[in-house]
Amino acid sequence: MKRLETDVVVIGGGSTGLGVVRDAALRGYRAVLVERVDLGQGTTGRFHGLLHSGGRYVVSDPQSATECAEENAILRRIQASAVEDTGGFFVTLPGDDPSYADQFLAGAAKTGVPATEISVAEALRREPRLHPGIQRAIEVADGSVDGWQLVWGAARSAMSHGAKVLTYHRVTRIEREGGRVSAVLCRDEKGGEDIRIECSFVLNCAGPWAGQIAAMAGAREVEVVAGRGIMIAMNHRIVNTVINRCVYPTDGDILVPVHTVSIIGTTDIHESDPDHLPIPRDEVQQMLDAGEAMIPGFRTARALHAWSGSRPLIKDDRVAAHDTRNMSRGMAVIDHSERDGLTGMLTIGGGKLTTYRLMAEHIMDAMGDQLGENRPCRTADEVIPGSEDRRLYAVTHRLEEREADRLDDPIVCECELMSRSMLVDALHAQPNATLDDLRRQLRLGMGPCQGGFCAARAAGIACSEQVADAERATGLLRLFLKHRWIGLWPILYGPQVRQTALDHWIFAGTLDVEHLPHPEQEVVR
Amino acid sequence: MSEKSRAERAQHLRERLNNELNRMSLDQCVKCTICETSCPVAAVTPLFSGPKFVGPQAERFRDGDSVDHSVDYCSSCGTCSVVCPQGVNVAELNSLARAVMKAEHGVPIRDRIITQTVLMGQAMTPVAPLANAVLDNKLARFAMEKVVGVHRGAPMPTARTQSLHTWLKKRPAPAKAPTRGALVYFHGCAGGYFEVDAAKKAIEVLEHLGYEVLVPPQGCCGLAEQSNGLFEQATKSVRALVKALRSAGTDLTIVSTAGSCTGMLKHEAHEILGLHDTELADVGTRIREISEFLMELHEAGELPTDFEPIKQRLPYHAPCQLKSQGMGTPAFDLLRLIPGLEVVDSNATCCGIAGTYGLKKEKYDIAQAVGKPLFDMVKQTEQGLAACDTETCRWQIENSTGVRTVHPIVLVHQAYGLGAVTP
Repeated sequence: MKRLETDVVVIGGGSTGLGVVRDAALRGYRAVLVERVDLGQGTTGRFHGLLHSGGRYVVSDPQSATECAEENAILRRIQASAVEDTGGFFVTLPGDDPSYADQFLAGAAKTGVPATEISVAEALRREPRLHPGIQRAIEVADGSVDGWQLVWGAARSAMSHGAKVLTYHRVTRIEREGGRVSAVLCRDEKGGEDIRIECSFVLNCAGPWAGQIAAMAGAREVEVVAGRGIMIAMNHRIVNTVINRCVYPTDGDILVPVHTVSIIGTTDIHESDPDHLPIPRDEVQQMLDAGEAMIPGFRTARALHAWSGSRPLIKDDRVAAHDTRNMSRGMAVIDHSERDGLTGMLTIGGGKLTTYRLMAEHIMDAMGDQLGENRPCRTADEVIPGSEDRRLYAVTHRLEEREADRLDDPIVCECELMSRSMLVDALHAQPNATLDDLRRQLRLGMGPCQGGFCAARAAGIACSEQVADAERATGLLRLFLKHRWIGLWPILYGPQVRQTALDHWIFAGTLDVEHLPHPEQEVVR
Repeated sequence: MSEKSRAERAQHLRERLNNELNRMSLDQCVKCTICETSCPVAAVTPLFSGPKFVGPQAERFRDGDSVDHSVDYCSSCGTCSVVCPQGVNVAELNSLARAVMKAEHGVPIRDRIITQTVLMGQAMTPVAPLANAVLDNKLARFAMEKVVGVHRGAPMPTARTQSLHTWLKKRPAPAKAPTRGALVYFHGCAGGYFEVDAAKKAIEVLEHLGYEVLVPPQGCCGLAEQSNGLFEQATKSVRALVKALRSAGTDLTIVSTAGSCTGMLKHEAHEILGLHDTELADVGTRIREISEFLMELHEAGELPTDFEPIKQRLPYHAPCQLKSQGMGTPAFDLLRLIPGLEVVDSNATCCGIAGTYGLKKEKYDIAQAVGKPLFDMVKQTEQGLAACDTETCRWQIENSTGVRTVHPIVLVHQAYGLGAVTP
């Protein structure tokens, strides 16, 4: 068994975990992050891409509103390459109570969330597809954020300060010596070996899986309520500004332009198993209806992909367990020393991606309290690698890059303008990666054809670059297509049906992908 | 134009285009690549990334400032939109993107000059021999390439000593009284000043058939301005033309020998300039390209086919902008009614000129490569004459093959015994 020794083990490779491992490394702790699959594969990769201005919470959750506004400004400063400054509108739709906008403005003033009412004409001029009957419009500093760029940026930052980030390392056991956590045992799923990480502290950032991790350490039950929400990416940016419905937070009230798509979300349903999140038909219909209410003609636009994510809300006694909508979005830090007599372990829940840095600061402060140390947090000031030029992301960036290199570098994923060298570099840097792992970092197969044209090319390149043999390349391709299908079938109507049929003809008819030589054991990671 | 007003105009245009139905059509793209395999420009140069790339793909990445200036290598031939089986308005998307780019970055003086076709005609007609001599002079063309950016080898129109309207004023009244009522004739700028012979013959054919031909004073349709991204100027031009054509009557059929300009009135001004004027729609509905009109008569059994034989093999090229009108190739069908005339379809996508594209020094070689299969075909099949429906394409074919190229109506005119093809 391989052994490592460190100060802190961070469990969970989502935004919380990466924020924490970065913060720990910047405070000078030796830190190791373990994640059972790839970075940002849970909640972090399954949200609607909104960088909150705080506007959404000015009435329902003032503390969250203020935190969002502050963290929004910090992220733009330290992690510009993951953030797009789309701006946002809160609009009062026909039939919505126009006086809510007054409550909204008052709340915004109180919570320090920048918000300015603009004329309906101005809102319609800037977003012509908005419902022409909107009654009021308030402009806020919403943005969009790429969760995967966010976590990989934080990972690079942490690693540059000596931290280790171990993906595909599943925690199998948490050992304690007396009342203190002493080691975390993991299975390296790709390398096929076990690893023992001796540590003095464990930070449980497993999100919806935090309850399972706490149980491994022998803590009393931590009830994490998985608030499932579905989201649908539409084929293009129907709007270039985040559109929020100016009502008390409800289902399907946000449309976010992220990269080349616009994402409508979301629902909020209590689920017991975060590994099995359905995408029910009625919720798909509900989202399309919600989109139609904001953007007439929304239903006739092309839906590209649907997914389901789970909010990691720690159960709060103030509200009923089934009412996840009204549970605090604020973060909760559970100190197991008071609760379970177990020192050296903290569990964190709640929060939101926009405030991932702040959550990390809180949990690290709590760890410092327990250790009796006071090392200052530096994460708000140090720019994350990749964002040194402080240039905010813009949807035009890839088009601009391909304009520069298109004559020399073939394009592999046409929909998302991913060049061959982008893929080749990533393949060599992460030779064990699946096509899905690469997808999250490169957007391979995330456009209209959903891998129909690029997936086989990518598998072929993995083979020709000698990163995978022919059988594994086939296995990778089949795995990728299987995963794409999960998000395709719930929205198979309109143009996406034609696309899926064409893709099917290509794979089943031309390439006969079901009958190609593939490994004895199906490739699963 | 000040930088600020330029930025404002670009922003205004981008906001408008974001809401265009054309833009929505990108949702229909299934990436099949049929447009890319049919694109005559992408086939000959890597400088143009192809219609799928710059159209439905790149459009998903556009917001604010233009970053993909290579969209300007699109020649606007419109083939992609014609061949797309899913209904994506590929060429329209490209035109809109280019217009935004031009609004942001400004339009070269050259492109402003070469789009002023009426002005050129007005200036050259009174001094036709001199103008023609200058345009034939190698030194002058070299200077023109250096100073203005019009390639020295590019085809130039031949100035005529008499404009169509001067001829109309001076000619004797038609011998036959009309028997079929009145028509409005749209000759286009070229028909008014450069291709006067074809315009005269079209009028004579229509009169021969018994129509009273009304020819109101008329200007440019704005197509050249539009394909150079000068949307505001193009809008003014096409609206003025619509008004002029309507001045002759609001319920008459409008017959045209200007093939591509007809497409501008039928659909492009609506789809690309985004004009929703009812007057434009009215003209667009009433206008017929002349072969289209004659074939409609033929199908109704109202076209006399007492054609005199023309014993000749004739290469015929249906221009890209004619095909995009969705009416088939009526000139090909019409010419085949003439006994003895062996009409050979070029089956070529485009001659390369695409209005003003092939004139530009940086695009001349591309345009020549695009047209090469057509030029080869014309040279192999010709017996002294070729036919094509649009003016600039005829000039391109003549210039690149040395074969006299005429409007199909010229042959119909001869077959009706109204006069032989004049050199």
